Amino acid sequence: MLPDLALVDVSRLQFAVTALYHFLFVPLTLGLSWILVIMESVYVMTGREVYKDMTQFWGKLFGINFAMGVATGITLEFQFGTNWAYYSHYVGDIFGVPLAIEGLMAFFLESTFVGLFFFGWERLSKVQHLAVTLLVALGSSLSALWILIANAWMQHPVGAEFNYETMRMELTSVADLIFNTVAQSKFVHTVAAGYVTASMFVLGISAWYLLKGRDVPFAIRSFAVAAGFGLASACSVIVLGDESGYTVGEVQRVKLAAIEAEWETQKPPAAFTAFGIPNEAGQRTDYAIKIPWLLGLIATRSTDQAVAGIGELKEEAEARIRNGMVAYAALQKLKSGDQSAAAKAAFEHARKDLGYGLLLKKYTPSVVDATPEQIKRAAADTIPRVAPLFWSFRVMVALGFLFLFIFAASFYFLAVRNLAPQRWLLKLAFWSIPLPWVAAELGWLVAEYGRQPWTISGVLPTFLSVSNVPASSVYLSLAAFVAFYTLLLVVEMYLMLKYIRLGPGSLHTGRYDLETGSVAGREVAP
Amino acid sequence: MIFDYETLKVIWWLFIGALLIGFAVTDGFDMGVGALLPFLGRTDEERRVIINSIGATWEGNQVWFITAGGATFAAWPLVYATAFSGFYWALLLVLFALFFRPVGFDYRSKVDDPRWRNAWDWGLFVGGAVPALVFGVAFGNLLLGVPFRFDDTMQVFYAGSFWQLLNPFGLLAGVVSLSMLVMHGAVYLQLRSEDEINARAGTAVMISAIVMMAAFALAGVWLATGIDGYRIVSMPAADTAFTPLAKIVEKAPGAWLANYRSHSWMMAAPALGFLGAAFAIVLSRAGRALSAFFASSLSVTGVILTAGFTLFPFIMPSSSSPASSLTVWDAVSSHHTLQVMFWVVVVFLPIVLAYTSWVYRVLRGKITVETIRKNQHTAY
Repeated sequence: MLPDLALVDVSRLQFAVTALYHFLFVPLTLGLSWILVIMESVYVMTGREVYKDMTQFWGKLFGINFAMGVATGITLEFQFGTNWAYYSHYVGDIFGVPLAIEGLMAFFLESTFVGLFFFGWERLSKVQHLAVTLLVALGSSLSALWILIANAWMQHPVGAEFNYETMRMELTSVADLIFNTVAQSKFVHTVAAGYVTASMFVLGISAWYLLKGRDVPFAIRSFAVAAGFGLASACSVIVLGDESGYTVGEVQRVKLAAIEAEWETQKPPAAFTAFGIPNEAGQRTDYAIKIPWLLGLIATRSTDQAVAGIGELKEEAEARIRNGMVAYAALQKLKSGDQSAAAKAAFEHARKDLGYGLLLKKYTPSVVDATPEQIKRAAADTIPRVAPLFWSFRVMVALGFLFLFIFAASFYFLAVRNLAPQRWLLKLAFWSIPLPWVAAELGWLVAEYGRQPWTISGVLPTFLSVSNVPASSVYLSLAAFVAFYTLLLVVEMYLMLKYIRLGPGSLHTGRYDLETGSVAGREVAP
Repeated sequence: MIFDYETLKVIWWLFIGALLIGFAVTDGFDMGVGALLPFLGRTDEERRVIINSIGATWEGNQVWFITAGGATFAAWPLVYATAFSGFYWALLLVLFALFFRPVGFDYRSKVDDPRWRNAWDWGLFVGGAVPALVFGVAFGNLLLGVPFRFDDTMQVFYAGSFWQLLNPFGLLAGVVSLSMLVMHGAVYLQLRSEDEINARAGTAVMISAIVMMAAFALAGVWLATGIDGYRIVSMPAADTAFTPLAKIVEKAPGAWLANYRSHSWMMAAPALGFLGAAFAIVLSRAGRALSAFFASSLSVTGVILTAGFTLFPFIMPSSSSPASSLTVWDAVSSHHTLQVMFWVVVVFLPIVLAYTSWVYRVLRGKITVETIRKNQHTAY
């Protein structure tokens, strides 16, 4: 029995909605926690109260955001079980490992100390409190590490093989799982993107205070921390961008070809399409502006290795689907009770392509009787739609360079002590606050939409992974999520804006502008 | 230490049990306090006292739940898949209730408006009471058996509905868990508060502990006399890997008492459930709140162990296809994964316990109305 496709689509939509929503809060938590560490370190080293106030004020905003991250994060853990039951059975043996380690090693650390961060100021020495803040930041980045190890395994499943006795994938090497090359590039890229998000958040809000001429000593110091941390982070995002992860594994290569609209394999080193209109029907890119050599250099770090094109990858997939049919037939034989050495050897031989065979279940439940036409369709399914990936990727990269420019300019004008006259830069920083979120969500889209049609690349197709719950239930739960999440977002934004407007005066230390009701300097609304 | 597969399967039953007990003993009192909040706090300041008695530490406690979920995914993937998708609406109900806690704690006192604050107080009530109730209902239904089956590719099909979970025995089990966690929360609140709130919490301890003991006793009698258990008739060797469908299971009257007959020491678990609650009342009335908290923790441990011992080796029996029942022998991950995860738990759990105790030590002491007034702008 196969799940119907409406159920698959609505389950995917629910996962996408809840994951993208959760990812509105994660990047800020990741980055802001380290910015708090930097601010508090300066406080501990210099003893100047303004840095303590900075830690506490930005910490308040951190808290408002953190609560939403925690609330929406549980959804994702639940959802593998509620909506992706076959996935959970099929790969829980491997995928569950990093998730469980995340809880024990990272989330416990982050969550246990976050309370002490807020309520431990008077009960701890300065250094002890700084250590607590550091542990919160460490916990949140470690949490990202384990989640990305899990996610990288979906993109590039290493260290596991199929066991026909239990009808699932099983772990063969935990070291391969942890040291997956895709996990490494993903981790660096994702946490650095979080650091950029938080830096832009602090930079933009501080710029707003500067434009309004309020709390200037507080704002300029916050601005400086954000500019420095943001500059370093933006460099990491770009230089260590995870394109390096796209050369390993079949599906990562497919994703790369789609991102670059590389319809046919070019003679190395491949040219990079800086701009163009991908034409799915004609399998070509119209109005392409190409930069010679660049793609080959970025993707392969060489001038002589080819970047596989979509045409070539589709042919590879077709061959693997045919071999997958052999694997499926061999598996049926094993399961029917023939445990002879020959039967085992036959399965062993074709096992790596079993997942490609499963792609045919969409067209013929018994797989082995697929027609050449069905095989062609299944092979075409392995290529995600090019345009969304092509555009998402380019917008994300362009934004990355914009962030680099903003942080570099901010850093420069701070260094030459000439920031105040650069009102254009302060305005640009303020209006750029939402942009890192756009880039982060597009990055998610590239990574996960680009993984389709698989949940586990080359191993388990998405349409087989869902729970057998009525589609109507999922429609209803999706509606409930959208309604509840919208309400929570309104509340969260209301509080964020309230505290941003109040500024450091919300700490009631008696040292800041709005507490006395007077705003120093001139009023300029950005 | 390299263990054989059979031993690891039993160890992992103990580990998941330990994580669930850890969750109930720590986050359990947060839920109990949440459930009591609108009733024990009459003014805004009193409610803030109650909220701040758990506000700084509840977040870490909730991770016991997240980790128990993650560990179930890693060690018992079939249980994770079957229970979460089968109990779809029950799980979503818990999830939506839990949403109220992180935001409720952090947002409630950030706006000085009685309607806003009152709304979040009821949100925190839902976030405490609903999960406490639903977890019990779920356990009650496990004891009854739930309707699911696997096909030959191990796709799971669940035939029941949310409303079928709300049967009399399931609801009774829900009353056991809700009253148990309310007792636990009330004891904790007594430990952290003074004066009126302390006195009201003392009353709550007595009422909830009595309700819990009565419901627990009734559930026991019902289970012994009116509910058929399950037993394994035959299965492949326990130290091999096999799917649930490879065994034969039958429903049999009195099967849920079999473990207590063959291992009479297991009777200590229900005894602990009762005695712990009784001592919690006595110690709470004597004003010895810390000892009462330990007694209550033992009671919670005893009740959860009772459910575990009764079911063992079953985790999730199937009423419609007994062979599909999930047990510690066939719902588990591979030998390699269990071994790897064994080390992860052995290394990290003691570290977690160590720093959690340090954090509690730092934040110890009573929360009073004066504490709130002094920290008007930083307290929850």
